[in-house]
Amino acid sequence: MEPAAIEQKDESAPAIRAGGVPVAFAIMLALIAAAPFVTYPLFVMQVLCFALFACAFNLLIGYVGLLSFGHALYFGWASYVCAHTAKVWGLPPELAILTGAAFACGCGIVAGSLAIRRQGIYFAMITLALAQMMYFFALQAKFTGGEDGIQGVPRGKMFGVLDLGNELVMYYVTAAIFLTGFLLIYRIIHSPFGEVLKAIRENEARAISLGYKTDRYKLMAFVLSATLAGVAGATKAIVLQQASLTDVNWPMSGEVVLIALLGGLGTLFGPVLGALIILAMQYKLSSFGEWVLVAQGAIFVLCVLLFRRGIVGEIANFFRIRL
Amino acid sequence: MSGKYVLETENLTKEFAGFVAVSDVNLKVERGTIHALIGPNGAGKTTCFNLLTKFLTPTRGTIKYNGQDITRLYPADIAQLGVVRSFQISAVFPHLSVLENVRIALQKKRGGSFDFWRPASVLNVYNERARSLISDVGLSAFENTLAVELPYGRKRALEIATTLALDPEMLLLDEPTAGMGHEDIDRIAALIKAVSANRTILMVEHNLSVVSNLSNKITVLTRGRVLAEGDYKTVSENPQVREAYMGTGHA
Ligand SMILES: Nc1ncnc2c1ncn2[C@@H]1O[C@H](COP(=O)(O)OP(=O)(O)OP(=O)(O)O)[C@@H](O)[C@H]1O
Ligand SMILES: [Mg+2]
Repeated sequence: MEPAAIEQKDESAPAIRAGGVPVAFAIMLALIAAAPFVTYPLFVMQVLCFALFACAFNLLIGYVGLLSFGHALYFGWASYVCAHTAKVWGLPPELAILTGAAFACGCGIVAGSLAIRRQGIYFAMITLALAQMMYFFALQAKFTGGEDGIQGVPRGKMFGVLDLGNELVMYYVTAAIFLTGFLLIYRIIHSPFGEVLKAIRENEARAISLGYKTDRYKLMAFVLSATLAGVAGATKAIVLQQASLTDVNWPMSGEVVLIALLGGLGTLFGPVLGALIILAMQYKLSSFGEWVLVAQGAIFVLCVLLFRRGIVGEIANFFRIRL
Repeated sequence: MSGKYVLETENLTKEFAGFVAVSDVNLKVERGTIHALIGPNGAGKTTCFNLLTKFLTPTRGTIKYNGQDITRLYPADIAQLGVVRSFQISAVFPHLSVLENVRIALQKKRGGSFDFWRPASVLNVYNERARSLISDVGLSAFENTLAVELPYGRKRALEIATTLALDPEMLLLDEPTAGMGHEDIDRIAALIKAVSANRTILMVEHNLSVVSNLSNKITVLTRGRVLAEGDYKTVSENPQVREAYMGTGHA
């Protein structure tokens, strides 16, 4: 087929360079390892839980183009289930976390099947509606403790040996859970499945015309995202030894949108940096009460107006790397 | 599988809220030919394509592909049978590289790709084939460029490379040269000619010189109906066609 041979001297668009991810990952790893000696372990553990939550959320919005506005459901409910099974059933922490994640997975299958056929704003609205339904259920149900939540969740011994009562042990276990989730998401994104997801995000009609049954791929991604959000929520219940209505209510769904947006949608590290910034801000500004919300609103506006790609997204674009 | 016609429609009709966009179209596309579908703006050509590839559901009528009734299949199934379409507006995956664009199609050879636990490097087996397709459309220098950064003509070239990656038995091209300059048009026309060996092509095209050079048969559509059919000479001499189509600025 020679007829289409073309001179290729003219325009030369700059290509994307490789190598950004390993460097960024090494930096992140070093920071996580050192963090408990520099700042409060409990604070960093919360950051890591929210980072995993945001990474899971970002898997949908950033790599499939699906805006879920109900991710608090998986985060918050996994938190409840983990807290309940650890406290009332006496499950060891690893099983309690797994049970919480499994519950989130189940919720993801149901909610995903209902929402996946809708597009854009309708998809967001269905995910929100289902999450609110489950919020009211959490508010009414006996075992969730209503307004009080579930308090005094035992941390217990991981695998029967790691005493999570020790703050440093708890920290590194949390870090390990986060890193496992993070690497799993990396693998998902850079798998044959992930390639199809990106194609769907970029142009769903085209993906269909190439023979992909896109609904099935989207559902699978939804369930993976919900499950990982569940792991994050369940881990948080063990870390903070409690589960509460806050984590299952709609502002939490909004917060994870903000975290991912600030860090950079569709970037690997964006949600992690976003979680760090938002939580640090909440912590620093906590004495100013409602002003936290104003600051968050301002950040949101700034992101939308100035840094469309989010912080990590802008950096990646500047250096022409993928992060 | 060796009947004379690859694709046949019978009384294919599509109504949008009372408005008939495609009306009783009986189309027969002969195996191994380039068949052009032409007609003024709004004639229903794209709607026809959407019906044939099941992006729209026909109000009435049947579609047969290799003798098999495909009227009730899903769009993804149609592609799997070997009928792959392009879109009127260029359809690439903008933020994937040129190589990744083509590989998405090649990856279809694995069947479903639900294995999220495997590294994407298992797809490297397709790189060689992808590069050869990319070179066929003259994009070798852009292998790692994001599709969004390609100029329009090259995007269309990439789209064709992606489509060809599926090695489809039948290609549906919706205005492959729309919005292109002369050089790009010649390049794409040559490419279409080259790939038409051992496949069937149905194409919507406004550029009449491309149509006359490439197509074996032409169907003229106006207001959703077939107005005339035949080779370029027959069609272009048809007074009704001259009035309805050529008279509207395309002569
Ligand atoms: N989804 C839809 N809903 C309502 N009307 C539609 C829809 N799609 C197409 N139409 C109408 O059907 C008619 C045929 O449109 P179509 O896009 O098939 O024309 P076309 O022949 O491809 O035109 P062009 O040369 O401009 O691409 C037009 O009048 C269009 O407005
Ligand atoms: Mg059209």
